Amino acid sequence: MKLEKSLVYGLLASILMVSAPHAEHLPPWVIAFGAAVLGWRAYLNFSGMALPPRWLLFLLSIASAAGIFLSYRTLFGREAGVTLLILLAALKLLELRAARDATVLIFLSCFIIITNFFYSQSIPTALMMFASLLVILSTWVHLHSGSLGLKPRLAISAKLLLQAIPLTLLLFVLFPRVQGPLWGMPQDAYSSSGLSDSMAPGTLSKLSLSQAVAFRVSFESFPPLREQMYWRGPVLWDFDGVTWSNRDGVIWSNRNAGTAQRNKPPQFDNLDQAVEYTVTLEPHNKKWLFALEMPTRLSVANFMTDDFQVQSRNAVTARIRYSAHSQLTFLANVDESPLQLQRALTLPKGLNPRALQLAADWRASLPGDDAIIRTALGRFSRDGYSYTLEPPLLGAHGIDDFLFETRQGFCEHYASSFVFLMRAAGIPARVVTGYQGGEPNALGGYSIVRQSDAHAWAEVWLKDRGWIRIDPTAAIAPGRIQGGLSAAMPDSAALPFLARNQSPWLLNIRFNLDMLNHQWNQWILGYDTERQFAFLTRLGMEDISWQKMAINLLTGVALTVLLIAILLLRKLYIRKIDTAQLLYLKFCKKLSRGGLMRAAHEGPQDFATRANMDMPQHAEAIRRITALYLAMRYENQPDESGLRALHRAVRAFKI
Amino acid sequence: MSNPLHKVIHEAEQVILGKPHQIRLALTCLLARGHLLIEDLPGVGKTTLAHVLARTLGLQFQRIQFTSDMLPADILGVSVYQRDSTDFKFHPGPIFAQMILADEVNRATPKTQSALLEAMEEQQVTIEGTTHPLPVPFFVIATQNPSNQIGTFPLPESQLDRFLMRIQLGYPDAQAERGLLSGIDRREIVATLTPQMETAELLALQQQVRQIFVSPALLDYVQTILRHTRESAQYVHGLSPRAGLSLLGAARAWALLDGRKAVIPEDIQTVLPGVASHRLQSVLDAQKSDGDKLARELIEAVPIP
Repeated sequence: MKLEKSLVYGLLASILMVSAPHAEHLPPWVIAFGAAVLGWRAYLNFSGMALPPRWLLFLLSIASAAGIFLSYRTLFGREAGVTLLILLAALKLLELRAARDATVLIFLSCFIIITNFFYSQSIPTALMMFASLLVILSTWVHLHSGSLGLKPRLAISAKLLLQAIPLTLLLFVLFPRVQGPLWGMPQDAYSSSGLSDSMAPGTLSKLSLSQAVAFRVSFESFPPLREQMYWRGPVLWDFDGVTWSNRDGVIWSNRNAGTAQRNKPPQFDNLDQAVEYTVTLEPHNKKWLFALEMPTRLSVANFMTDDFQVQSRNAVTARIRYSAHSQLTFLANVDESPLQLQRALTLPKGLNPRALQLAADWRASLPGDDAIIRTALGRFSRDGYSYTLEPPLLGAHGIDDFLFETRQGFCEHYASSFVFLMRAAGIPARVVTGYQGGEPNALGGYSIVRQSDAHAWAEVWLKDRGWIRIDPTAAIAPGRIQGGLSAAMPDSAALPFLARNQSPWLLNIRFNLDMLNHQWNQWILGYDTERQFAFLTRLGMEDISWQKMAINLLTGVALTVLLIAILLLRKLYIRKIDTAQLLYLKFCKKLSRGGLMRAAHEGPQDFATRANMDMPQHAEAIRRITALYLAMRYENQPDESGLRALHRAVRAFKI
Repeated sequence: MSNPLHKVIHEAEQVILGKPHQIRLALTCLLARGHLLIEDLPGVGKTTLAHVLARTLGLQFQRIQFTSDMLPADILGVSVYQRDSTDFKFHPGPIFAQMILADEVNRATPKTQSALLEAMEEQQVTIEGTTHPLPVPFFVIATQNPSNQIGTFPLPESQLDRFLMRIQLGYPDAQAERGLLSGIDRREIVATLTPQMETAELLALQQQVRQIFVSPALLDYVQTILRHTRESAQYVHGLSPRAGLSLLGAARAWALLDGRKAVIPEDIQTVLPGVASHRLQSVLDAQKSDGDKLARELIEAVPIP
């Protein structure tokens, strides 16, 4: 059987549609080779020339496998496997000879659809794959009913997809979920944009140019004020003159262990003003779980470090959702261990002499810690400091340069120099990084925290009051804290598009899109074991075991298929419900037992004529039944007596 | 009721030998108030058929031989200035007759063809602002040479659609041919034919055709056929709603001719080749001549619901 030209084009389109999204991450030679093979096949189809010989296909297959091995050093795994699959599918097109090959290609296309979700599970990807599926299905329909036009083919495919939707929903809701991803994904599969465990001038200002979503938060009740929304991330202790980090953490904890004086656990003395909320955290390949200061409880496995960083045991490589409790007012570690305080006073030697001098002057002239803090903040707000995303470069004595010369900086400059001044003045202090604020999405009832909300602030330890948050940025640019980055920056600044204030309708579209994304993440991608149980409980299936779930699933599938079948067959049934026709069909069945089949297009009278010639002994009965049937079916108003007569005649009829 | 019709058929069969089916189809077409197109080679009896029908049905008969230099006025008529009464007087053309035989219609230019076809459609002729109604009943039998002959203007599809049916006569079989050759001249027999019914009777029969019952089951069948021609990739176009109405009308007339009060699927199947063959065109083969084969395939492709 020779395949139709248009069918081959359909198969080409199917393969092209499912492989095209992969082009983003395929090696250039694979794209060129694949395009060449598809183009070649299209040309052969167009010109009606013969397909290449098998030995050439064999060589090409070996060559492409070798090429993939050279590119990836393996034939397995996500990258190499997908590439191999695509190339072999393209080569299969070249040996498309019979309907069997077409069927194989159709299944291959469906399988390549799945591979696209290894890379992206976003809404556009899903829509694109849905469209591909429609094309594949219509090609399949084409394969089996060649005489249909394109439109009826698409209509049948769309109908098939629609019929599949109830089953899809059922499988989606009821299929037992496994904890964690179904297939082991390599680490490199996840983006790792976000806060890191160190901070140098430029780290945060660079990050704040990214409009990527860090996490989304929905508050159980009324959200706290923006000024109170400090999402705590990495806490940085050790300063080398340029970079703040935690590189000496091990040394300090060893020293602690030597003195047998353990770090004090975090404690909250004044539990007031509780906030409950749910965070949907985008994967960032680090361990931090962000929560409002100070978190008291998280719904996922976590531990809290001595400096109140909430961390997960493993790097966050998949989108996770957790609910959290936080106390907005707190007393933190009033009895901090002396060693920790000592660490919070350590400064690099021989750097920033002017800042050291300034702090020493303050300590000598001012009455206490509070006054020093106030003076430092006052200096930022009064002495010509400005808040900018593009600060000038700083020299070896970075803090001195900033404090006395350039006086332009982003939040990391202010946090860094403030902590330096505090330590120099003898007040234990540390840098805290994280996110500040968030953009409320009024439509979805949640807030979006983006990378552009990344922030750094300071914590000082005061006697009897513990660790206290001081945000020096609030002193220089209060708008940053109250209104977000865009409120604090002049319009000309190199702000990311999304961080700017925009016209209301644009904002509205953005909110709508993000809400759609949020719902997609929450309900489609984030539909995990926990969600499933919660959802099923709401449906009245409490504490369901997976066996029961499987039974429910099978029952549901069976019922759905039955329902669809009934709906589909009802059309045929309605046509057959005509009593006269039913009786006549019974009559035809009796005749067919005698070896006389009525063709589907054969009219009753023609059939009767033929039957009479075949079985003259039954001529009278056949004539009578046919006449009764014609009268009942095609003449006005079939009457009961006629139907009964037909019934009797058919019953009495015997071959 | 069916007697005069059967007499007509009987009489016609005496003249046109071996073509009972074509005679019945022509009569069906007349009863369904449609016009008939006969397409065949010259000399197979197209003209005789028209003559016979006109004579036996007692209709005024007018034959128009179409030629390539013919003008619309030659068919419709002209207004001529009257010197004595000093005004224009309309001289009706040959079209003002109850039965027209438009012989070799595809020899005329499209302009002249369309004058005839418009008159067929409107049942009236408008000349210089005055409308002249055509006689009732008005029945056109057009004959057409196969379009591959030299010097013809084949009728376009839109014009073909105005004919309810297209039939072909074909060569007579051996026995009929023998009768034809051995018997007396056909024209002499035609001259001896007498009308079998009054015009009023014919009009009443046309009215009866409309009252033939069509059951929902049969409408299902007609719709399935129409849908099949529209959905199948085999045809250039599907059948139009007008074709559907024509099919039903012709089937009703056939049922009446058969002496029944309701249409049965066989009626549809019988008239379908005549009604559909000139309206269907295969995508595979541009030759229109295999329309009958297409129609037969169509019948076999559609199951009777």
